[in-house]
Amino acid sequence: MIINTTQTQIPDFRQTPNVDKVGVEERCARFQTRSLKGDTKIDGLKRVLSMIDLTTLEGKDTPGKVRQLCYKAQHLHDAYPDLPTVAAICVYPTMVAEAKKALGSSGIRVASVATGFSSGQAPLDVKLMDTRFTVENGADEIDMVISRGRFLSGDYQFVFDEIAAIKAACGTARLKVILETGELGSLDQVRRASDIAMYAGADFIKTSTGKIQPAATMQVTYTMLCAIKDFYRKTGIRVGMKPAGGISSAKLALHNLVMVKETLGVEWLTNDWFRFGASSLANDVLMQLVKQQSGNYQSADYFSID
Amino acid sequence: MATDFDVNGGWNYAPSPESTKHIQLKPRYELFIGGAFVPPTANRYFDTINPADESVLTQIAYADETDVDLAVAAARKAYTTVWSGISPKERAKYIYRIARIMQEKARELAIVESLDTGKPIRESRDIDIPLACNYFFYYAGWADKLAYAFPNRTVAPLGVAGQIIPWNFPLLMAAWKIAPALATGNTVVLKPAETTPLTAMLLAEIIQEAQLPAGVVNIITGHGDTGAALVNHPDINKIAFTGSTAVGKLIQQAVAGTSKKLTLELGGKSANIVFEDAAIDQAVEGIINGIFFNQGHVCCAGSRLFVQESVADEVIQKMKDRLASLYVGNPLDKNTDIGAINSKAQYETIQQYIALGKQEGATIYEGPCDLPASGYFIRPTLFTDVAQSSVIAQEEIFGPVLTIQTFRTIDEVIQKANNSPYGLAAGVWTEKGSRIFNLSTQLKAGVIWANTYNKFDPTSPFGGFKESGFGREGGLHGLRGYVELS
Repeated sequence: MIINTTQTQIPDFRQTPNVDKVGVEERCARFQTRSLKGDTKIDGLKRVLSMIDLTTLEGKDTPGKVRQLCYKAQHLHDAYPDLPTVAAICVYPTMVAEAKKALGSSGIRVASVATGFSSGQAPLDVKLMDTRFTVENGADEIDMVISRGRFLSGDYQFVFDEIAAIKAACGTARLKVILETGELGSLDQVRRASDIAMYAGADFIKTSTGKIQPAATMQVTYTMLCAIKDFYRKTGIRVGMKPAGGISSAKLALHNLVMVKETLGVEWLTNDWFRFGASSLANDVLMQLVKQQSGNYQSADYFSID
Repeated sequence: MATDFDVNGGWNYAPSPESTKHIQLKPRYELFIGGAFVPPTANRYFDTINPADESVLTQIAYADETDVDLAVAAARKAYTTVWSGISPKERAKYIYRIARIMQEKARELAIVESLDTGKPIRESRDIDIPLACNYFFYYAGWADKLAYAFPNRTVAPLGVAGQIIPWNFPLLMAAWKIAPALATGNTVVLKPAETTPLTAMLLAEIIQEAQLPAGVVNIITGHGDTGAALVNHPDINKIAFTGSTAVGKLIQQAVAGTSKKLTLELGGKSANIVFEDAAIDQAVEGIINGIFFNQGHVCCAGSRLFVQESVADEVIQKMKDRLASLYVGNPLDKNTDIGAINSKAQYETIQQYIALGKQEGATIYEGPCDLPASGYFIRPTLFTDVAQSSVIAQEEIFGPVLTIQTFRTIDEVIQKANNSPYGLAAGVWTEKGSRIFNLSTQLKAGVIWANTYNKFDPTSPFGGFKESGFGREGGLHGLRGYVELS
């Protein structure tokens, strides 16, 4: 489901809306005071599970490790009936073929970090080759990184064109654009980078690679949600959001759902439009779900760690 | 192009009402005079109502002139025999003690405040009660440092202060009044509003528990005539009043020609000004907080919105989006953003203004919020197509009703913002620092917030220009209203 394309009517990115950090912090604090318990909590936790991009992005990844991850994706916790599966698994390009094979017809998508992940310090040709290789290997989704150096030096045209070029190389794969907000320095810049990515054709905007701290803080995610909202009002095109890195507790994930619901509405509360990039979140969510059912917290050893 | 955001439904929050099981309200509350709870001499009582469901919470003593006389006499006796003689450090000790007991009972106070006023528990728990405690803590600190507050001057208390407070922030207003008066060595007769006397009576119990010398603080409940008797009492040295401008004027007339000192904190119709370079999403949050905080029952509420024409459509659209995600309902539910209107009378007043706004030709937009079946609830309301000459843009509505006007230039908005008999507060939303400083000197308002609204702190003075009153409460300035300098 590709909806966004590279836009032809683009605003002046030096004029992107300002963001007031103190105001954002206050708003984010309010999202954390909603009452989420009982059925609301169970429903929310299951939504979180279904939105996870189960991720392994390590230099030491092997086909064997990826196969295990794919099995976990399909069998999150078999002791708990009727659990949803995660949305996707997220791996390096060289692991895409293996993941595709392991997931078969499960419906779980394969996402991959092309374009010289995680620094993005590679020539455009190399990034395009990386992207094409990944798409040809069967990736359903491409998670690209923007050139932060060029962005910070004010060369927004370069960043835009690069995203547009990768978008063209993606074909039918959905494009997630990673802003690496931990390197951008301010919420104003996060907003600017979000706008550039969306106008250049991003289907998702994503906070971080997971390699840089801070990653997906609520303040950053909220700023990006506001950008998505404005883009939708202006163009009628829906763009998805993926906070990644730093969301390891079910509670924080639920607060993110509140934020999405109150900012963009319930249409965004599906894995078509919202994802969590995380490796350890799933088990905490499972632990909370089992606790809701049994009344007791289980030891972490009752949940598989793949 | 479908561009609406469905922020309701789909994944609904769990109702989470605070339990009231541990709240033990007495069947009736007596007057707190001379350190003891005494029945009113005429033996009259009135009901106090929970505005969220119109049920009677308990009965409250109705003080008449004789009771006022007793209370003032008790305060005078305490002033001459005890309070003016003890060391400032001792005074501070008592004030600290009150603050600490209030903190211990914060949860109970918050629930009772929400029951009696209709304000959401989120606000009473996170703002009203902690802030009230902080005012006591803050002024306790000043008690033995008055020489530093007024260097090279001799500082003396005034004597007995009569204090009359409103129904919008009952406990907080009691703190604003009592804390500086005690710190400076005065004794007090406090009269809470007739619709919201409960937390003041709990405060009386706390004061008793703190073993404050008898008569230093007296709390008498009643209606307008009780307040009038207090204002007119010959043995009062100072009147401090927070409430409507109409009553403020009556009080000023009543004390004219007497030696009574007076501070008035009255109404407002404060301007909230949004420039095109503002951080729009955060400005929208600030506008919402500025007018819908405490159901708009805030004297400094940002009830007149001025938006620069170039961003007006965007701001109004975002306001409408945001209204959809506000929850109006049970004040005790922690999800509730907007609670109940304080009383039936106020509910009717607000409805009259809404009807008047429609009559004047303004365009109304009400938030698409579900309202409970009983109780006094009003949807958050916006009026566009409003002019300076519209009555709804001139008079204080004291409810969740915002008038929206546009402007083109800075001079125009300054002129329009100042074109009001009131001058309590203003908000300025812009990313440009120099513009903030320019406006803060040009706007005739006691408090000016930049890129925020409705922020209160004990260290910061608060008070108005023009018909919003005179005298300052809070901060160092707040001491000035309770001392004689020589």
